Amino acid sequence: MPEVTTAHYIFLSTALFTIGTIGVLTRRNVVIILMSIELILNAVNINLVAFSKQLLSINGQAFAVFIIVDAAAEAAVGLGIIIALFRNKETINADEIDLMKW
Amino acid sequence: MPLQLPAAFQPYFWPTIFILIIILVFPLVAGYIVLLERKVMADIQVRLGPMRVGPHGLLQPIADAVKLLIKEDIIPANADKWVFWLAPVISVTAAFVSFSVIPFSDKFYITDVNIGLLFITAVSSVGILGIILGGWSSNSHYPLLGALRSAAQLVSYEVALGFALIGGLMVASTLSMQGIVKAQLDAGMWFVFYQPVACFIYVVAALAETNRAPFDMPEAESEIVAGYHTEYSGFRFSLYFLAEYSNIVVVSAIAVTLFFGGWLRPFPNVQALDFLRYTPIIAMIVLAGLSFMGAGRESRPPEKIGMAGLGIVCLMLAGLFAMPAVLTWIQGLFWFSLKVALCIYGFIWVRFTFPRYRYDQLMNIGWHWLIPLAIANVIVTGIVMVLKGS
Amino acid sequence: MNVLPGFFFYLLSAIILGGAILTITRRNAVHSAIWLIVTLLGVAGIYLNQHAEFLAAVQVLVYIGGIMVLFLFVIMLVNLDEAAKQRQFNHQWTIAVGCALALMAELAYFIVKGRESFRFGDTGTGTLNPDAAVIEFLKSCRDIPGLGPGGFLQPNTELIACALYRDYLLPFEIASVLLLVAIVGAVVMAKKEI
Repeated sequence: MPEVTTAHYIFLSTALFTIGTIGVLTRRNVVIILMSIELILNAVNINLVAFSKQLLSINGQAFAVFIIVDAAAEAAVGLGIIIALFRNKETINADEIDLMKW
Repeated sequence: MPLQLPAAFQPYFWPTIFILIIILVFPLVAGYIVLLERKVMADIQVRLGPMRVGPHGLLQPIADAVKLLIKEDIIPANADKWVFWLAPVISVTAAFVSFSVIPFSDKFYITDVNIGLLFITAVSSVGILGIILGGWSSNSHYPLLGALRSAAQLVSYEVALGFALIGGLMVASTLSMQGIVKAQLDAGMWFVFYQPVACFIYVVAALAETNRAPFDMPEAESEIVAGYHTEYSGFRFSLYFLAEYSNIVVVSAIAVTLFFGGWLRPFPNVQALDFLRYTPIIAMIVLAGLSFMGAGRESRPPEKIGMAGLGIVCLMLAGLFAMPAVLTWIQGLFWFSLKVALCIYGFIWVRFTFPRYRYDQLMNIGWHWLIPLAIANVIVTGIVMVLKGS
Repeated sequence: MNVLPGFFFYLLSAIILGGAILTITRRNAVHSAIWLIVTLLGVAGIYLNQHAEFLAAVQVLVYIGGIMVLFLFVIMLVNLDEAAKQRQFNHQWTIAVGCALALMAELAYFIVKGRESFRFGDTGTGTLNPDAAVIEFLKSCRDIPGLGPGGFLQPNTELIACALYRDYLLPFEIASVLLLVAIVGAVVMAKKEI
């Protein structure tokens, strides 16, 4: 089994990022779109930690902490929006929310 | 090393043995905690409690376990089957994983990682998912209400719990569980004397985290039947039960480790109190004496024999502990178990003394009192530490 | 050579990618959430595999104990029984997959362009030797005796604390303000009438 290098982690992160993007672009359910965004943020974190290890610098991990904070804030606000949306429109499908479309 | 293992596996030998011991022994321990709870409850309510199975109901946990295992396993018709199956497994796994970093003694621990306490908090926060998913997958109203209550309550009290732990950690200045105990050895004092407020907040938040009365909203039997495990029966129910009692042991173990000196004996730095290391032997002899006295008072012959047998086992244990090597090995484990047992006794005592809070009162206590108090405690601790220049 | 890190890497990668694909394809949002939890646990394992223990614990504590509980709470609050029976993918999914493939190609292009910086296939320990400035930085933080075994960033928690509270104090404060804004925003959004 070959040694695990930074490149391995980068490929893993690329695959995860792409899966997350597909989820954001194709799903109708807003909750699952938010979950896909979490996947994307995790892909970024994998990259940061891999480079942090390669360059032996703690800064990558510190930034990963910031991204986790960001994810928490995003989830709180996003889910708040979803509750407000469900209360007003009775739907959580992204393509049925077309009030601003003409 | 009794076995000649390949060098790569040698670090894993003792941890594997300890894991096996814990997994095999702990369900029995949990059963006896239930028995203790029923006996203490009976005592508080001036009753006798379980008396039928074995002398003084000592075999009751085994009877209960057999009953739960051979009961019919019912899955509600419209339940989400695999989530229904998964939820208790998540709960019990999370509860058992926490045991991996608990320092039972200076020798008996599975592993000691540099993020020990953070690891336990993280893993026990995974256990919440078991409750929420169990309540949701039952596809029934009361479980869902219980799950929602539990989600809100656990997330709220986790904040207070975390801040209380931070207070203790600032004094210990390490996250490793063994490191925390050693820091108390160096300080020559239990951290409860440095951090009484944090200890109080921790105990209250821990009661809420383990769904114990007076915070047992998620399973309040007078309001929502049994909360999240209303639809569970038989083996799955016993998994939830096991998880709940494991969590009680885990939070007691954290409290003991962080605030009450872990596996250290009282006053570990005072040479004059070295005779305390013979306490395990004395305790066993006292237990044996009590058993023999009990045997004399029993009327039915099988119970007489049972109590006498128990007394003989205690005497044999006392003899075993008298061997110097065994005594040294058992030291930490004895003190740790004693402290955890006292802590659990406190939990039971609280349960049968206080009435249940209303839901709004519960949230009020959490957000308006405990969290601000915990934050103030952290700030004051920080200021004092800076002023003292440590 | 120790094969365990490699073994765990492939195992965890399979868990992460499988969980991610199941997350975006499940019909029921709760099942999606469960698979996302599996993915997040896998990512925490990847952090552990790279000796980022603090981050692994924070990942489990914040993501699974906090964010995912919030997700499940909201999924239960907005009853999704009907949503599970409806069409799951929107009409633009062909374009979306095309976009995703273009993105993948773009990422692949950048990986090829930037391969000098991470040296794929170079398994020597040379990549793990930090330069003197890094060691100096690590030692200036606290009385750290030196780098831990294997040249990993140890003691992990202390080093992250050092980075957060010394070098990135201002971003740290901004992050706390961000969290405050998020709390206020979530309350305003979810309240029936203000």
